[in-house]
Amino acid sequence: MTVISARDLRKSYRGQVAVDGIDLTVARGEVFALLGPNGAGKTSTIEILEGHRRRDGGAVSVLGEDPGTAGRRWRARLGIVLQTATDAAELTVRETVRHLAGYYPDPRDPDEVVAVCGLAEKAGARIRSLSGGQRRRVDVALGIIGRPELLFLDEPTTGFDPEARREFWALIRRLAEEGTTILLTTHYLDEAEALAGRLAVISRGRIIAEGTPQTIGGRATATATVTWRDGTGEHREQTSDPVALVARLTARADLSVSDLRVHSPSLEDVYLELIGERG
Amino acid sequence: MTGRNEGRQTAAAVASPGPRTQPGVAAGGIAQASAVRLPSTLRVGLSRGVVELKQFFRQKDAVVFTFAFPAFIALMLGLIFDEPVHGIADVRISQVFVAGMIAYGIVSTAFISMGVGIAVDREDGTLKRLRGTPVPAGAYFIGKIVLVGVSTVAGIVLLLAVGVVLFDLKLPTDPARWLTLGWLLALSVVSCTLLGIAASALARSARSAPAVLNLPAIALQFVSGIFVHNDALPDGMITVASFFPVKWMGQGFRSVFLPDSMMVQEAAGSWEPGRTALVLGAWCVAGLVLCLLTFRWVERDSR
Repeated sequence: MTVISARDLRKSYRGQVAVDGIDLTVARGEVFALLGPNGAGKTSTIEILEGHRRRDGGAVSVLGEDPGTAGRRWRARLGIVLQTATDAAELTVRETVRHLAGYYPDPRDPDEVVAVCGLAEKAGARIRSLSGGQRRRVDVALGIIGRPELLFLDEPTTGFDPEARREFWALIRRLAEEGTTILLTTHYLDEAEALAGRLAVISRGRIIAEGTPQTIGGRATATATVTWRDGTGEHREQTSDPVALVARLTARADLSVSDLRVHSPSLEDVYLELIGERG
Repeated sequence: MTGRNEGRQTAAAVASPGPRTQPGVAAGGIAQASAVRLPSTLRVGLSRGVVELKQFFRQKDAVVFTFAFPAFIALMLGLIFDEPVHGIADVRISQVFVAGMIAYGIVSTAFISMGVGIAVDREDGTLKRLRGTPVPAGAYFIGKIVLVGVSTVAGIVLLLAVGVVLFDLKLPTDPARWLTLGWLLALSVVSCTLLGIAASALARSARSAPAVLNLPAIALQFVSGIFVHNDALPDGMITVASFFPVKWMGQGFRSVFLPDSMMVQEAAGSWEPGRTALVLGAWCVAGLVLCLLTFRWVERDSR
Protein backbone atom coordinates (compact mmCIF):
# COMPACT_ATOMS: atom_id res chain seq x y z
CA MET A 1 0.00 0.00 0.00
CA THR A 2 1.21 3.48 -0.85
CA VAL A 3 1.84 5.73 2.15
CA ILE A 4 3.31 8.73 0.33
CA SER A 5 2.60 9.69 -3.22
CA ALA A 6 3.56 12.99 -4.80
CA ARG A 7 3.20 13.97 -8.42
CA ASP A 8 4.81 17.04 -9.96
CA LEU A 9 5.36 18.69 -6.59
CA ARG A 10 6.32 22.36 -6.89
CA LYS A 11 7.33 25.11 -4.49
CA SER A 12 9.10 28.42 -4.88
CA TYR A 13 9.93 31.23 -2.47
CA ARG A 14 9.65 34.71 -3.93
CA GLY A 15 10.32 33.43 -7.42
CA GLN A 16 13.20 31.21 -6.28
CA VAL A 17 12.34 27.64 -7.28
CA ALA A 18 13.02 25.17 -4.46
CA VAL A 19 11.05 22.16 -5.61
CA ASP A 20 10.76 21.79 -9.35
CA GLY A 21 8.41 18.94 -10.16
CA ILE A 22 9.17 16.04 -7.83
CA ASP A 23 7.50 12.64 -8.13
CA LEU A 24 7.73 10.34 -5.17
CA THR A 25 6.13 7.08 -4.09
CA VAL A 26 6.82 5.37 -0.78
CA ALA A 27 5.14 2.10 0.17
CA ARG A 28 4.11 1.01 3.64
CA GLY A 29 7.04 -0.31 5.68
CA GLU A 30 9.71 1.20 3.44
CA VAL A 31 12.69 3.22 4.61
CA PHE A 32 13.19 5.85 1.95
CA ALA A 33 16.04 8.36 1.92
CA LEU A 34 16.15 11.70 0.16
CA LEU A 35 19.74 12.58 -0.55
CA GLY A 36 21.08 15.83 -1.81
CA PRO A 37 23.31 18.81 -1.16
CA ASN A 38 22.19 21.70 1.03
CA GLY A 39 19.56 23.81 -0.67
CA ALA A 40 18.57 21.02 -3.06
CA GLY A 41 14.96 21.06 -1.89
CA LYS A 42 15.00 18.15 0.57
CA THR A 43 13.59 20.06 3.52
CA SER A 44 11.00 21.89 1.43
CA THR A 45 9.81 18.56 0.06
CA ILE A 46 9.62 16.85 3.43
CA GLU A 47 7.90 19.85 5.02
CA ILE A 48 5.23 19.88 2.36
CA LEU A 49 4.61 16.18 3.00
CA GLU A 50 4.45 16.86 6.77
CA GLY A 51 1.82 19.54 6.28
CA HIS A 52 4.17 22.29 7.51
CA ARG A 53 4.36 24.10 4.20
CA ARG A 54 1.95 24.89 1.41
CA ARG A 55 2.83 23.66 -2.03
CA ASP A 56 2.46 25.76 -5.15
CA GLY A 57 1.46 22.84 -7.34
CA GLY A 58 1.21 19.11 -7.73
CA ALA A 59 -0.84 16.33 -6.22
CA VAL A 60 0.12 14.92 -2.84
CA SER A 61 -1.31 12.16 -0.74
CA VAL A 62 0.16 11.14 2.61
CA LEU A 63 -1.55 8.33 4.52
CA GLY A 64 -4.47 8.79 2.18
CA GLU A 65 -4.97 12.51 2.81
CA ASP A 66 -3.83 15.83 1.43
CA PRO A 67 -1.29 17.23 3.96
CA GLY A 68 -2.47 20.76 3.12
CA THR A 69 -5.93 20.14 4.53
CA ALA A 70 -5.63 17.07 6.77
CA GLY A 71 -6.69 17.41 10.40
CA ARG A 72 -5.80 16.29 13.91
CA ARG A 73 -6.56 12.62 13.40
CA TRP A 74 -4.13 12.52 10.47
CA ARG A 75 -1.43 14.28 12.48
CA ALA A 76 -1.86 11.70 15.23
CA ARG A 77 -0.64 9.04 12.76
CA LEU A 78 2.57 10.93 11.89
CA GLY A 79 5.83 11.35 13.69
CA ILE A 80 7.96 14.35 12.78
CA VAL A 81 11.56 14.87 13.79
CA LEU A 82 12.34 18.51 13.10
CA GLN A 83 15.65 19.65 11.73
CA THR A 84 16.19 22.36 14.31
CA ALA A 85 14.32 22.81 17.53
CA THR A 86 15.48 24.29 20.81
CA ASP A 87 12.13 24.32 22.56
CA ALA A 88 11.27 23.01 26.04
CA ALA A 89 14.74 23.94 27.30
CA GLU A 90 13.57 24.26 30.90
CA LEU A 91 11.72 20.94 31.03
CA THR A 92 13.31 17.61 31.81
CA VAL A 93 13.52 14.86 29.22
CA ARG A 94 10.96 12.75 31.04
CA GLU A 95 8.52 15.66 31.52
CA THR A 96 8.66 16.55 27.84
CA VAL A 97 8.17 13.02 26.57
CA ARG A 98 5.31 12.41 29.03
CA HIS A 99 3.70 15.70 28.11
CA LEU A 100 3.73 14.93 24.39
CA ALA A 101 2.39 11.43 25.05
CA GLY A 102 -0.75 13.17 26.29
CA TYR A 103 -1.40 14.60 22.81
CA TYR A 104 -1.97 11.18 21.22
CA PRO A 105 -4.81 8.69 21.38
CA ASP A 106 -2.56 5.64 21.73
CA PRO A 107 0.96 6.66 22.76
CA ARG A 108 3.91 4.44 23.55
CA ASP A 109 5.05 4.17 27.16
CA PRO A 110 7.11 7.35 27.80
CA ASP A 111 9.70 5.66 30.02
CA GLU A 112 10.19 2.95 27.44
CA VAL A 113 10.66 5.52 24.66
CA VAL A 114 13.18 7.41 26.79
CA ALA A 115 15.10 4.16 27.34
CA VAL A 116 14.92 3.06 23.70
CA CYS A 117 16.35 6.41 22.63
CA GLY A 118 19.29 5.93 24.97
CA LEU A 119 18.22 8.71 27.32
CA ALA A 120 17.47 6.72 30.48
CA GLU A 121 20.41 8.26 32.32
CA LYS A 122 19.36 11.75 31.25
CA ALA A 123 15.64 11.33 31.95
CA GLY A 124 15.71 13.75 34.88
CA ALA A 125 17.99 16.30 33.22
CA ARG A 126 16.77 19.63 31.85
CA ILE A 127 16.84 19.64 28.05
CA ARG A 128 18.91 22.82 28.19
CA SER A 129 21.78 20.82 29.71
CA LEU A 130 21.94 18.13 26.99
CA SER A 131 24.58 17.81 24.29
CA GLY A 132 23.61 18.28 20.64
CA GLY A 133 23.39 14.55 20.03
CA GLN A 134 21.29 13.95 23.13
CA ARG A 135 19.02 16.81 22.14
CA ARG A 136 18.43 15.14 18.76
CA ARG A 137 17.57 11.91 20.51
CA VAL A 138 14.92 13.78 22.47
CA ASP A 139 13.54 14.98 19.13
CA VAL A 140 13.41 11.38 17.95
CA ALA A 141 11.74 10.29 21.19
CA LEU A 142 9.10 12.99 20.67
CA GLY A 143 8.73 11.88 17.05
CA ILE A 144 7.90 8.30 17.95
CA ILE A 145 5.96 8.75 21.20
CA GLY A 146 2.63 8.78 19.37
CA ARG A 147 3.26 5.35 17.78
CA PRO A 148 3.37 6.83 14.25
CA GLU A 149 2.64 4.83 11.13
CA LEU A 150 4.87 7.21 9.20
CA LEU A 151 7.99 8.86 10.57
CA PHE A 152 9.70 11.86 8.98
CA LEU A 153 13.34 12.40 9.88
CA ASP A 154 14.96 15.56 8.56
CA GLU A 155 18.74 15.20 8.80
CA PRO A 156 18.40 13.31 12.05
CA THR A 157 22.05 12.61 12.88
CA THR A 158 23.63 15.99 12.14
CA GLY A 159 26.03 16.67 15.00
CA PHE A 160 26.21 13.07 16.24
CA ASP A 161 29.50 11.41 17.11
CA PRO A 162 30.12 8.10 15.27
CA GLU A 163 28.99 5.95 18.17
CA ALA A 164 25.78 7.89 18.67
CA ARG A 165 25.12 7.59 14.96
CA ARG A 166 25.44 3.77 15.06
CA GLU A 167 23.08 3.63 18.04
CA PHE A 168 20.64 5.85 16.24
CA TRP A 169 20.74 3.66 13.15
CA ALA A 170 19.97 0.62 15.28
CA LEU A 171 16.95 2.47 16.66
CA ILE A 172 15.69 3.36 13.19
CA ARG A 173 16.12 -0.24 12.03
CA ARG A 174 14.11 -1.44 15.01
CA LEU A 175 11.30 0.98 14.15
CA ALA A 176 11.39 -0.17 10.54
CA GLU A 177 11.20 -3.81 11.65
CA GLU A 178 8.07 -2.92 13.63
CA GLY A 179 6.55 -1.75 10.37
CA THR A 180 6.96 2.02 10.64
CA THR A 181 7.31 3.69 7.26
CA ILE A 182 10.25 6.10 7.35
CA LEU A 183 11.16 9.00 5.11
CA LEU A 184 14.50 10.54 5.96
CA THR A 185 16.64 13.24 4.46
CA THR A 186 20.36 13.15 4.95
CA HIS A 187 23.56 14.30 3.40
CA TYR A 188 25.50 11.41 4.87
CA LEU A 189 25.87 8.72 2.23
CA ASP A 190 26.83 6.02 4.71
CA GLU A 191 23.62 6.77 6.56
CA ALA A 192 21.50 6.35 3.45
CA GLU A 193 23.36 3.17 2.59
CA ALA A 194 22.97 1.77 6.11
CA LEU A 195 19.27 2.52 6.52
CA ALA A 196 17.44 3.01 3.28
CA GLY A 197 15.81 0.32 1.21
CA ARG A 198 15.37 2.89 -1.55
CA LEU A 199 16.69 6.36 -2.07
CA ALA A 200 16.41 9.30 -4.38
CA VAL A 201 18.98 11.96 -5.12
CA ILE A 202 17.64 15.52 -5.30
CA SER A 203 19.51 18.32 -6.96
CA ARG A 204 18.16 21.78 -7.73
CA GLY A 205 14.64 20.77 -6.83
CA ARG A 206 14.50 17.69 -9.07
CA ILE A 207 14.99 13.99 -8.51
CA ILE A 208 17.96 13.06 -10.69
CA ALA A 209 18.28 9.42 -9.70
CA GLU A 210 16.26 6.89 -7.80
CA GLY A 211 16.87 3.27 -6.82
CA THR A 212 18.30 1.05 -4.13
CA PRO A 213 21.67 1.91 -2.54
CA GLN A 214 23.16 -0.95 -4.58
CA THR A 215 21.79 0.03 -7.97
CA ILE A 216 21.32 3.79 -7.92
CA GLY A 217 22.96 5.73 -10.73
CA GLY A 218 23.90 2.49 -12.53
CA ARG A 219 26.15 1.55 -9.65
CA ALA A 220 25.60 -2.20 -10.12
CA THR A 221 26.57 -2.16 -13.78
CA ALA A 222 29.21 0.55 -13.69
CA THR A 223 32.75 -0.34 -14.70
CA ALA A 224 35.19 -1.31 -11.98
CA THR A 225 38.82 -0.33 -11.76
CA VAL A 226 41.33 -3.15 -11.22
CA THR A 227 44.87 -2.28 -10.17
CA TRP A 228 47.82 -4.63 -9.63
CA ARG A 229 51.59 -4.85 -9.66
CA ASP A 230 53.75 -7.41 -11.39
CA GLY A 231 57.29 -7.84 -12.70
CA THR A 232 56.76 -5.17 -15.33
CA GLY A 233 55.40 -2.49 -13.00
CA GLU A 234 52.01 -1.07 -11.93
CA HIS A 235 48.89 -1.63 -13.98
CA ARG A 236 45.42 -0.18 -14.02
CA GLU A 237 42.49 -1.39 -16.09
CA GLN A 238 38.81 -0.40 -16.38
CA THR A 239 36.48 -3.33 -16.86
CA SER A 240 32.81 -4.17 -16.69
CA ASP A 241 33.73 -7.72 -15.67
CA PRO A 242 36.35 -7.50 -12.90
CA VAL A 243 35.88 -11.14 -11.91
CA ALA A 244 37.05 -12.36 -15.32
CA LEU A 245 40.04 -10.04 -15.30
CA VAL A 246 41.13 -11.19 -11.85
CA ALA A 247 40.76 -14.82 -12.93
CA ARG A 248 42.88 -14.17 -15.99
CA LEU A 249 45.61 -12.49 -13.93
CA THR A 250 45.83 -15.19 -11.32
CA ALA A 251 45.90 -17.89 -14.04
CA ARG A 252 49.09 -16.49 -15.58
CA ALA A 253 51.93 -18.43 -13.99
CA ASP A 254 54.62 -16.26 -15.57
CA LEU A 255 53.69 -13.22 -13.50
CA SER A 256 53.86 -12.74 -9.77
CA VAL A 257 50.87 -10.49 -9.24
CA SER A 258 50.76 -8.46 -6.04
CA ASP A 259 48.72 -5.56 -4.63
CA LEU A 260 45.65 -6.71 -6.53
CA ARG A 261 42.72 -4.37 -5.95
CA VAL A 262 39.21 -4.19 -7.35
CA HIS A 263 37.52 -0.86 -6.90
CA SER A 264 33.84 -0.59 -7.76
CA PRO A 265 32.26 2.85 -7.46
CA SER A 266 31.08 3.65 -3.93
CA LEU A 267 27.73 5.30 -3.32
CA GLU A 268 29.73 8.45 -2.76
CA ASP A 269 31.35 8.20 -6.22
CA VAL A 270 27.95 7.72 -7.82
CA TYR A 271 26.45 10.53 -5.80
CA LEU A 272 29.17 13.03 -6.59
CA GLU A 273 28.94 12.06 -10.24
CA LEU A 274 25.18 12.61 -10.15
CA ILE A 275 25.19 16.02 -8.53
CA GLY A 276 28.03 17.03 -10.83
CA GLU A 277 30.49 18.04 -8.17
CA ARG A 278 33.35 16.01 -9.51
CA GLY A 279 35.84 17.50 -11.93
CA MET B 1 -8.83 41.82 -37.21
CA THR B 2 -9.33 43.18 -33.71
CA GLY B 3 -12.81 41.75 -33.58
CA ARG B 4 -11.63 38.26 -34.45
CA ASN B 5 -8.91 38.39 -31.82
CA GLU B 6 -11.39 39.43 -29.17
CA GLY B 7 -13.63 36.60 -30.20
CA ARG B 8 -10.85 34.11 -29.76
CA GLN B 9 -10.00 35.44 -26.32
CA THR B 10 -13.59 35.09 -25.21
CA ALA B 11 -13.69 31.52 -26.42
CA ALA B 12 -10.53 30.73 -24.50
CA ALA B 13 -11.88 32.36 -21.36
CA VAL B 14 -15.03 30.31 -21.57
CA ALA B 15 -13.15 27.11 -22.19
CA SER B 16 -10.60 27.46 -19.38
CA PRO B 17 -12.70 27.02 -16.25
CA GLY B 18 -13.29 23.39 -17.10
CA PRO B 19 -12.90 20.51 -14.70
CA ARG B 20 -10.02 21.46 -12.42
CA THR B 21 -7.81 18.75 -11.09
CA GLN B 22 -8.10 18.58 -7.35
CA PRO B 23 -4.73 19.45 -5.79
CA GLY B 24 -4.82 16.60 -3.30
CA VAL B 25 -5.68 13.30 -4.89
CA ALA B 26 -6.55 11.04 -2.02
CA ALA B 27 -4.90 7.79 -2.98
CA GLY B 28 -6.11 5.40 -0.34
CA GLY B 29 -9.16 7.18 1.03
CA ILE B 30 -9.29 7.69 4.78
CA ALA B 31 -7.40 4.69 5.96
CA GLN B 32 -7.90 3.30 9.43
CA ALA B 33 -10.26 5.84 10.96
CA SER B 34 -8.78 5.19 14.36
CA ALA B 35 -11.19 3.79 16.86
CA VAL B 36 -9.23 5.40 19.69
CA ARG B 37 -10.38 8.89 20.59
CA LEU B 38 -8.09 11.88 20.51
CA PRO B 39 -7.60 13.62 23.87
CA SER B 40 -9.94 16.60 24.29
CA THR B 41 -8.78 20.16 23.59
CA LEU B 42 -9.44 21.10 27.21
CA ARG B 43 -7.37 18.24 28.60
CA VAL B 44 -4.43 18.93 26.31
CA GLY B 45 -4.83 22.65 27.00
CA LEU B 46 -4.63 22.21 30.78
CA SER B 47 -1.62 19.96 30.37
CA ARG B 48 -0.03 22.68 28.21
CA GLY B 49 -0.83 25.13 31.01
CA VAL B 50 1.13 23.04 33.52
CA VAL B 51 4.09 22.86 31.14
CA GLU B 52 3.91 26.61 30.43
CA LEU B 53 3.94 27.38 34.15
CA LYS B 54 6.87 25.04 34.80
CA GLN B 55 8.87 26.63 32.01
CA PHE B 56 8.03 30.16 33.11
CA PHE B 57 8.85 29.73 36.77
CA ARG B 58 12.08 27.87 36.00
CA GLN B 59 13.42 30.85 34.07
CA LYS B 60 14.67 33.05 36.84
CA ASP B 61 15.13 36.15 34.68
CA ALA B 62 11.60 35.91 33.27
CA VAL B 63 10.17 35.54 36.75
CA VAL B 64 12.05 38.54 38.04
CA PHE B 65 11.38 40.84 35.11
CA THR B 66 7.79 40.16 34.16
CA PHE B 67 6.41 38.99 37.44
CA ALA B 68 8.16 40.68 40.35
CA PHE B 69 9.09 43.89 38.50
CA PRO B 70 5.81 45.76 39.11
CA ALA B 71 6.02 45.01 42.84
CA PHE B 72 9.62 46.19 42.81
CA ILE B 73 8.72 49.47 41.09
CA ALA B 74 5.83 50.00 43.50
CA LEU B 75 8.26 49.44 46.34
CA MET B 76 10.74 51.98 44.98
CA LEU B 77 8.15 54.64 44.16
CA GLY B 78 6.37 54.04 47.45
CA LEU B 79 9.56 54.51 49.46
CA ILE B 80 10.39 57.73 47.60
CA PHE B 81 6.92 59.29 47.61
CA ASP B 82 5.38 58.35 50.93
CA GLU B 83 3.78 61.63 51.98
CA PRO B 84 -0.01 62.15 52.26
CA VAL B 85 -1.81 63.14 49.08
CA HIS B 86 -2.29 66.89 48.91
CA GLY B 87 -5.57 67.84 50.59
CA ILE B 88 -6.56 64.27 51.46
CA ALA B 89 -5.15 63.36 54.84
CA ASP B 90 -5.98 59.64 55.03
CA VAL B 91 -4.33 58.57 51.73
CA ARG B 92 -0.62 58.41 51.01
CA ILE B 93 0.91 58.72 47.56
CA SER B 94 2.54 55.30 47.98
CA GLN B 95 -0.93 53.75 48.18
CA VAL B 96 -1.96 55.49 44.97
CA PHE B 97 1.10 54.04 43.24
CA VAL B 98 0.46 50.51 44.50
CA ALA B 99 -3.19 50.54 43.40
CA GLY B 100 -2.37 51.90 39.94
CA MET B 101 0.61 49.56 39.57
CA ILE B 102 -1.79 46.61 39.24
CA ALA B 103 -2.36 47.90 35.71
CA TYR B 104 1.36 47.61 35.01
CA GLY B 105 1.37 44.14 36.57
CA ILE B 106 -1.27 43.00 34.09
CA VAL B 107 0.47 44.64 31.15
CA SER B 108 3.64 42.85 32.22
CA THR B 109 2.24 39.36 32.80
CA ALA B 110 -0.39 39.43 30.06
CA PHE B 111 0.74 41.72 27.24
CA ILE B 112 4.53 41.48 27.45
CA SER B 113 4.95 37.88 28.54
CA MET B 114 2.35 36.75 25.98
CA GLY B 115 3.89 38.72 23.13
CA VAL B 116 7.43 37.67 23.96
CA GLY B 117 6.37 34.11 24.77
CA ILE B 118 4.76 33.58 21.38
CA ALA B 119 7.71 35.13 19.53
CA VAL B 120 9.98 32.73 21.43
CA ASP B 121 7.69 29.76 20.72
CA ARG B 122 7.74 30.66 17.06
CA GLU B 123 11.51 30.86 16.95
CA ASP B 124 12.59 27.93 19.11
CA GLY B 125 10.39 25.43 17.31
CA THR B 126 7.62 25.05 19.92
CA LEU B 127 4.90 26.11 17.51
CA LYS B 128 6.35 24.09 14.67
CA ARG B 129 6.53 21.00 16.84
CA LEU B 130 2.95 21.49 17.97
CA ARG B 131 1.83 21.87 14.37
CA GLY B 132 3.26 18.42 13.71
CA THR B 133 1.23 16.83 16.49
CA PRO B 134 -2.54 16.46 16.91
CA VAL B 135 -2.63 19.45 19.30
CA PRO B 136 -5.39 21.87 18.31
CA ALA B 137 -4.61 25.61 18.30
CA GLY B 138 -7.20 26.04 21.05
CA ALA B 139 -5.17 23.86 23.42
CA TYR B 140 -2.10 26.02 22.85
CA PHE B 141 -4.06 29.14 23.76
CA ILE B 142 -5.67 27.50 26.79
CA GLY B 143 -2.13 26.78 27.96
CA LYS B 144 -1.18 30.43 27.49
CA ILE B 145 -4.33 31.60 29.28
CA VAL B 146 -3.50 29.35 32.25
CA LEU B 147 -0.01 30.85 32.33
CA VAL B 148 -1.28 34.42 32.11
CA GLY B 149 -4.04 33.78 34.67
CA VAL B 150 -1.77 32.25 37.27
CA SER B 151 1.14 34.65 36.82
CA THR B 152 -1.18 37.67 36.81
CA VAL B 153 -2.98 36.69 40.00
CA ALA B 154 0.31 35.80 41.69
CA GLY B 155 1.85 39.10 40.55
CA ILE B 156 -1.09 41.09 41.90
CA VAL B 157 -1.00 39.23 45.21
CA LEU B 158 2.70 40.08 45.53
CA LEU B 159 2.01 43.71 44.69
CA LEU B 160 -0.85 43.99 47.18
CA ALA B 161 1.27 42.30 49.83
CA VAL B 162 3.88 45.02 49.38
CA GLY B 163 1.12 47.65 49.61
CA VAL B 164 -0.56 46.20 52.68
CA VAL B 165 2.59 45.35 54.62
CA LEU B 166 4.75 48.39 53.83
CA PHE B 167 2.37 51.15 52.87
CA ASP B 168 -0.69 50.41 54.94
CA LEU B 169 -2.96 49.85 51.95
CA LYS B 170 -6.44 48.71 53.07
CA LEU B 171 -8.12 45.88 51.18
CA PRO B 172 -11.74 46.78 50.43
CA THR B 173 -14.51 45.40 52.63
CA ASP B 174 -17.40 46.43 50.37
CA PRO B 175 -18.49 43.48 48.14
CA ALA B 176 -19.33 45.95 45.35
CA ARG B 177 -15.64 46.89 45.13
CA TRP B 178 -14.60 43.24 44.88
CA LEU B 179 -17.16 42.87 42.10
CA THR B 180 -15.57 45.84 40.32
CA LEU B 181 -12.16 44.21 40.80
CA GLY B 182 -13.53 41.02 39.22
CA TRP B 183 -14.78 42.53 35.97
CA LEU B 184 -11.89 44.92 35.78
CA LEU B 185 -9.39 42.05 36.04
CA ALA B 186 -11.27 40.01 33.45
CA LEU B 187 -11.46 42.82 30.89
CA SER B 188 -7.88 43.92 31.54
CA VAL B 189 -6.38 40.44 31.26
CA VAL B 190 -8.39 39.53 28.16
CA SER B 191 -7.61 42.76 26.31
CA CYS B 192 -3.90 42.73 27.22
CA THR B 193 -3.52 39.04 26.34
CA LEU B 194 -5.17 39.47 22.95
CA LEU B 195 -3.10 42.57 22.22
CA GLY B 196 0.02 40.67 23.28
CA ILE B 197 -0.74 37.87 20.81
CA ALA B 198 -1.32 40.43 18.09
CA ALA B 199 1.86 42.31 19.00
CA SER B 200 3.92 39.11 18.77
CA ALA B 201 3.53 39.47 15.01
CA LEU B 202 5.40 42.78 15.15
CA ALA B 203 8.51 41.24 16.64
CA ARG B 204 10.97 40.12 13.99
CA SER B 205 12.65 37.70 16.34
CA ALA B 206 12.48 36.43 19.89
CA ARG B 207 15.52 38.55 20.67
CA SER B 208 13.88 41.78 19.54
CA ALA B 209 10.48 40.98 21.04
CA PRO B 210 11.07 42.32 24.57
CA ALA B 211 12.32 45.64 23.16
CA VAL B 212 9.47 45.95 20.66
CA LEU B 213 6.85 45.24 23.33
CA ASN B 214 8.39 47.04 26.29
CA LEU B 215 8.75 50.37 24.57
CA PRO B 216 5.03 51.05 24.04
CA ALA B 217 4.18 49.38 27.34
CA ILE B 218 6.54 51.56 29.38
CA ALA B 219 5.54 54.70 27.50
CA LEU B 220 1.90 54.01 28.34
CA GLN B 221 2.75 53.55 32.04
CA PHE B 222 4.12 57.09 32.09
CA VAL B 223 1.40 58.88 30.17
CA SER B 224 -1.35 56.90 31.90
CA GLY B 225 -0.32 58.02 35.37
CA ILE B 226 1.00 54.68 36.61
CA PHE B 227 4.67 55.61 37.06
CA VAL B 228 3.96 59.27 37.78
CA HIS B 229 1.19 60.93 39.70
CA ASN B 230 -1.72 62.22 37.58
CA ASP B 231 -1.12 65.79 38.85
CA ALA B 232 2.26 65.90 37.17
CA LEU B 233 0.97 64.94 33.70
CA PRO B 234 0.45 67.53 30.94
CA ASP B 235 -3.11 67.57 29.54
CA GLY B 236 -1.92 66.34 26.14
CA MET B 237 -0.54 63.17 27.64
CA ILE B 238 -3.75 62.47 29.50
CA THR B 239 -5.69 62.90 26.27
CA VAL B 240 -3.41 60.48 24.41
CA ALA B 241 -3.55 57.98 27.28
CA SER B 242 -7.36 58.04 27.20
CA PHE B 243 -7.33 56.16 23.91
CA PHE B 244 -5.40 53.23 25.40
CA PRO B 245 -6.40 50.67 28.01
CA VAL B 246 -3.71 51.32 30.65
CA LYS B 247 -5.14 54.65 31.88
CA TRP B 248 -8.55 53.05 32.43
CA MET B 249 -7.08 50.03 34.15
CA GLY B 250 -5.10 52.22 36.55
CA GLN B 251 -8.10 54.41 37.28
CA GLY B 252 -10.25 51.32 37.80
CA PHE B 253 -7.85 49.72 40.27
CA ARG B 254 -7.53 52.98 42.18
CA SER B 255 -11.33 53.02 42.45
CA VAL B 256 -11.19 49.59 44.07
CA PHE B 257 -8.42 50.22 46.59
CA LEU B 258 -8.65 53.95 47.41
CA PRO B 259 -11.41 55.82 49.25
CA ASP B 260 -13.97 57.72 47.15
CA SER B 261 -12.45 60.99 48.43
CA MET B 262 -9.68 60.27 45.89
CA MET B 263 -12.07 60.60 42.93
CA VAL B 264 -11.29 64.29 42.59
CA GLN B 265 -7.70 63.41 41.71
CA GLU B 266 -8.76 61.67 38.51
CA ALA B 267 -8.83 63.52 35.21
CA ALA B 268 -12.62 63.55 35.08
CA GLY B 269 -13.09 64.01 38.81
CA SER B 270 -14.90 60.69 39.06
CA TRP B 271 -14.09 56.93 38.81
CA GLU B 272 -16.03 56.59 35.52
CA PRO B 273 -16.66 52.82 35.85
CA GLY B 274 -19.04 52.73 32.88
CA ARG B 275 -16.61 54.40 30.51
CA THR B 276 -13.80 52.19 31.80
CA ALA B 277 -15.79 49.05 31.00
CA LEU B 278 -16.65 50.42 27.58
CA VAL B 279 -13.07 51.32 26.60
CA LEU B 280 -11.62 48.03 27.87
CA GLY B 281 -14.42 46.08 26.18
CA ALA B 282 -13.68 47.85 22.92
CA TRP B 283 -9.99 46.94 23.27
CA CYS B 284 -10.94 43.31 23.82
CA VAL B 285 -12.80 43.34 20.51
CA ALA B 286 -10.01 45.22 18.74
CA GLY B 287 -7.45 42.81 20.19
CA LEU B 288 -9.40 39.81 18.97
CA VAL B 289 -9.70 41.24 15.47
CA LEU B 290 -5.97 42.07 15.37
CA CYS B 291 -5.16 38.55 16.58
CA LEU B 292 -7.20 36.93 13.88
CA LEU B 293 -5.64 39.18 11.25
CA THR B 294 -2.02 38.82 12.28
CA PHE B 295 -1.39 35.55 14.09
CA ARG B 296 1.17 33.36 12.34
CA TRP B 297 2.25 29.85 13.34
CA VAL B 298 5.66 30.15 11.73
CA GLU B 299 8.37 32.73 11.25
CA ARG B 300 8.10 35.40 8.60
CA ASP B 301 9.19 34.40 5.10
CA SER B 302 9.21 30.71 5.82
CA ARG B 303 6.03 29.53 4.19
